[in-house]
Amino acid sequence: MQDLLYFFQQLINGLTIGSTYALIAIGYTMVYGIIGMINFAHGEIYMIGAYTALIAITGLTALGVAWLPLILIVALVCAMIVSSSMGWAVERVAYRPVRGRHRLIPLISAIGMSIFLQNYVHLAQGSRNIGFPSLIDGGFNFGSGEGFQMSLSYMQITIFITTLICMTALSLFISRSRTGRACRAVSQDLGMANLLGIDTNRIISATFVIGAALAAVAGLLLGMYYGSVDPLFGFIAGLKAFTAAVLGGIGSIPGAMLGGLILGVAESMTSGYLSGEYKDVISFSLLILILLFKPTGLLGKPEVEKI
Amino acid sequence: MAANNFRHALFCAIITLIISYPIIGFNLEAQGINVMLTGADTGTVVMVLLAAVMVFLFQLFREQIMGALRSVPNPLPQSSKEPMAENRRAKIESWVLTGIVILALFWPFFVSRGSVDLATLVLIYVMLALGLNVVVGLAGLLDLGYVAFYAVGAYTFALLSQYTGISFWLALPIGALLAALFGLVLGFPVLRLRGDYLAIVTLGFGEIIRILLNNWTTLTGGPNGIGGIPDPTLFGMEFGRRVKEEGNTSFHETFGIAYSGEHKVIFLYLIALVLAVFTALVIRRFMRMPVGRAWEALREDEIAARSLGLSRTAVKLSAFTIGAFFAGFAGTVFASKQGFISPESFVFLESAIILAIVVLGGMGSQIGVVLAAIAVTILPELAREFSEYRMLIFGAAMVLMMVWRPQGLMPMRRIHIELKKQE
Repeated sequence: MQDLLYFFQQLINGLTIGSTYALIAIGYTMVYGIIGMINFAHGEIYMIGAYTALIAITGLTALGVAWLPLILIVALVCAMIVSSSMGWAVERVAYRPVRGRHRLIPLISAIGMSIFLQNYVHLAQGSRNIGFPSLIDGGFNFGSGEGFQMSLSYMQITIFITTLICMTALSLFISRSRTGRACRAVSQDLGMANLLGIDTNRIISATFVIGAALAAVAGLLLGMYYGSVDPLFGFIAGLKAFTAAVLGGIGSIPGAMLGGLILGVAESMTSGYLSGEYKDVISFSLLILILLFKPTGLLGKPEVEKI
Repeated sequence: MAANNFRHALFCAIITLIISYPIIGFNLEAQGINVMLTGADTGTVVMVLLAAVMVFLFQLFREQIMGALRSVPNPLPQSSKEPMAENRRAKIESWVLTGIVILALFWPFFVSRGSVDLATLVLIYVMLALGLNVVVGLAGLLDLGYVAFYAVGAYTFALLSQYTGISFWLALPIGALLAALFGLVLGFPVLRLRGDYLAIVTLGFGEIIRILLNNWTTLTGGPNGIGGIPDPTLFGMEFGRRVKEEGNTSFHETFGIAYSGEHKVIFLYLIALVLAVFTALVIRRFMRMPVGRAWEALREDEIAARSLGLSRTAVKLSAFTIGAFFAGFAGTVFASKQGFISPESFVFLESAIILAIVVLGGMGSQIGVVLAAIAVTILPELAREFSEYRMLIFGAAMVLMMVWRPQGLMPMRRIHIELKKQE
């Protein structure tokens, strides 16, 4: 019984982290699906989202706003606005001028942008990690009183619900709206979409903005869940999210969701049963193994090479 | 048109405000467990506003500004003249290089200890960049975890010297070979992957190595690193004040000169110089050998190269292994120079810097890569007073370089014949 409870606890923790990875991974996968580049600066955009949310929360608390939903919603909106603007600006400054060149060029530009943004926040806000207030406390407890107790905190429930809402909204947007249809068209064939009168530059910008907004949501959620932020907070999360995107099949949105969940669960199982220090080793090894046996990822379409 | 332009400029200015004001304009301060928010001083706010105004003006007059910039002659023109005949060009190049090497041999005796130390670091980066140049520049394989092989070389020396008391000269080939072995073992399965997947797998591998070094405390000492790595010896002569190992003599006693700490620094510099020259020469040979041509052929067109009978795996693997070998080389020298290593030295940023050197120098071009290694290592040292802004500028420079001169400082040029244009 104890073992089972312990297992479920790890599963819940894994799914919590995994669903936020999935939110970040969508930004990677959409950008890759459309212009075929790794947006290395995406992790930094997520970090900026977390910082903005923290600034908004502290600001509102200082102003004397006490109603929790209002604080959270304002913080979320602020974070989304700042992150999306950042995503837009990054694409405009660093990626658009180098689009269509040799594939190393945009990648290096992206790495440069990532270093730039990290140091931008580092200079403005200092390098120390700052505590993120845990606004949502408490939770449900299961299991017997002795020994191990399984818990499902309200924070985790919030993360699940928010992620679910974001994913549903995104799916509806991609499948129903005009812009979403254009996004799909551009990802299938950029040149053809252009010929058919779709403003591809606009769609590419829209992709970056959507990805950045979802990353900002993840920034707020994970910031509260972990309880602190620092300027390097985005790098490793970005790497994990990218791993998740590749795991699920890069370019595929359901793949990113699946990849995120698998990665999160694999990580929490590792820290639960082996050792917390090696969880990153496990996630990268998982990535290497999946790529070896299924190079297109779990849900990716096999790519046919044409001469 | 004008109204459209104005709207766009206004939009850009507002975006600038949105992305800079919240982050720069407020300071988060941790006080105990609480976080306080303070507004930044007026100067900062004015700067932010000024930046927004500048973006607005730039976007408004974008056409005119870009037009004016275009009429300014390019300082580094892409020459359109035919490449010199091969032997003449090679002759000039080899004379210039010999001259530089001779100069570099005598230079350390006349300058301060600090600059010699820095020059040793530059040479280590030169070795790393030349090695990565084989992988990325020649073979076109994007390796983002190159620093892992560097770490393997450094840790091999550190661990062997700690447990078996091995000397630098024996550790040098062992470290390099072990790094090459790692390259071979990693490369064998992953080189089938397409470009970007390869990039991310190598990045993951680099992280795995770093995490292992950090957490395998019993062997590697974890984050505390390994210290007491011995200095290289010259035919059994040590450079310390006292001889540490039995059977060795000390350098200053053998030659009857006064002890000076500078001897060791200069000696290390000379070793690094010799090894860097060795690296450059070996890779230069490789470039002209069939395998070197095969790397480039595979980079240019994989399908065509394979249809001509090149084995994709063998060619890629050779590039990957040779690149790893020289990283191991550089790692051993680095361990010996520092005397102490820890996983801190082998983070992803290091890989990014080496990659930036290769791209900055012009992929595939050896002279370009050497120049870029010097520039990337020395410029931050010169700009000490801006040390806080160093990485910020570095990142921005990487982006700007890619936008304005993606082919690098000195792009590699091959002897080629151009088809005459049809009249």
